[in-house]
Amino acid sequence: MSEAKKTPFYEKHVALNGKIVNYSGWLLPVQYPKGLVEEVHDTRKRATIFDVSHMGEVSVKGKDAEEFLQKILVNDISRLKDNVIMYSPVCYPDGGVVDDILVYRINGENYFLVVNAANTDKDYAWFQENVFGDVKLQNLSPEYAQIALQGPNSEVILQPLTDAPLAEMKNYHFLPEVKVAGFDCLVSRTGYTGEDGFEVYCKNDGAEALWDAVWEAGQEHELNPAGLGSRDVLRLEAAMPLYGHELSKELTPLQARLDRFVALDKGLEFNGQAALKKQKEEGMNRMLYGLEMLERGVPREGYPIKVGDQEIGWVSSGSKSPTLDKFIAMAFLDPEVADRTEEVELMIRTRSYRARIIKLPFYRRKK
Amino acid sequence: MKYNIIDGVKYTKKHEWARQEGNIAVIGLSDYAQDKLGEIVFVELPDVGTEVEAGKGSAVIESVKAVADLYAPVDGTVTEVNEDLLDQPELINSDPYGEGWVYKVEIKDESQFDELMDVPAYEKFVVEEDEE
Repeated sequence: MSEAKKTPFYEKHVALNGKIVNYSGWLLPVQYPKGLVEEVHDTRKRATIFDVSHMGEVSVKGKDAEEFLQKILVNDISRLKDNVIMYSPVCYPDGGVVDDILVYRINGENYFLVVNAANTDKDYAWFQENVFGDVKLQNLSPEYAQIALQGPNSEVILQPLTDAPLAEMKNYHFLPEVKVAGFDCLVSRTGYTGEDGFEVYCKNDGAEALWDAVWEAGQEHELNPAGLGSRDVLRLEAAMPLYGHELSKELTPLQARLDRFVALDKGLEFNGQAALKKQKEEGMNRMLYGLEMLERGVPREGYPIKVGDQEIGWVSSGSKSPTLDKFIAMAFLDPEVADRTEEVELMIRTRSYRARIIKLPFYRRKK
Repeated sequence: MKYNIIDGVKYTKKHEWARQEGNIAVIGLSDYAQDKLGEIVFVELPDVGTEVEAGKGSAVIESVKAVADLYAPVDGTVTEVNEDLLDQPELINSDPYGEGWVYKVEIKDESQFDELMDVPAYEKFVVEEDEE
């Protein structure tokens, strides 16, 4: 791996005493001195600011942009309106997942894709491999910084910095050109925490001053910084998939129960369509379930799950949930067994621990 | 010094401590170690009667993000474990040298204490670790 990159906010994290780690080639804070658990509570109850500049951004423009996206996405963007965002997995022909991404429609010939940091180069290569007709691809990742402002106080913090009417902005909607603290930004009502919040994209130049402005505005609304550790726990509580855990080259979106983002009959052929249709008909031997520990023990990725002597799957993500004060996990299990049992055993090192199968998500915010 | 390093115990390079009380050694995790781990949420204790060996894994301490082995500072037979940690593992965070003790062993070879670090040596060691 080449030398780890710094985001425009790196000095902010250092000044705030963030514990810096190398994440997918980026130097980012895993947590700040208050600690991961407090950062989770801050996000759920007040507001937190995350540096998510490591996320990749790709511009897709041209007359054939929609048709190209319809081919690479498993979701159906034909009814997506301007200024609205759609989540979609991107699949290989065999149904395995390249990445899961957000598609921002600026207009019918101009889309903005947000992809996972670790997958940016792979995704871009995949898009180029599949491109046709009048489509212009551009990897904007190196130019863009991104702040995620998450939690119930987000709107009241961000509103004084912009003329854009945030109260009118619905979930998964965005404005492509707004001024925030005087800087040109794209603002969307999105996030990866299960809370209300906004993601603000801007060019690297000026990004630091934008952070300062948001930070200042947040001071009277109990804004705190939060790192990658709490982000991972927050998304787990909300049962949002993470590439490499719930989605991968070896796992399909159907196994991860993302059916509502898989438009099998969208009328156009797309990558993975035949394989996913076949899988839907034939069924799957591993599907995603939620688990809650009945005994104290921390479920972690890769731990095997058994019923009696039979191994029926593995933990894909697990943690203590600070919000629920329980130990929770997402796990891929054999549905033939899992659908006929309430309890399973999770193997932690040398012992087994009892766990209960529960409905996902673990946490849903009250609206 | 940003970490609490107390007298009356000796330290290992893996940040355990051991306090000699007659032929018994009380074992725990240093303030430095609990700070690095963060909020501790789970502790796996050895069974009473288990033989532990210096430098070998003897208990498991887990924070939200990390799993850490607690390596035995000295050889011995486990005589008692801190069962309060099963329900309140965070005692290791709040009082690492007191209520957060992990287990006790009957000491086999007292001379092993000579190989552990005293306060000045451990203070120096921690500073070096932090600089890395």
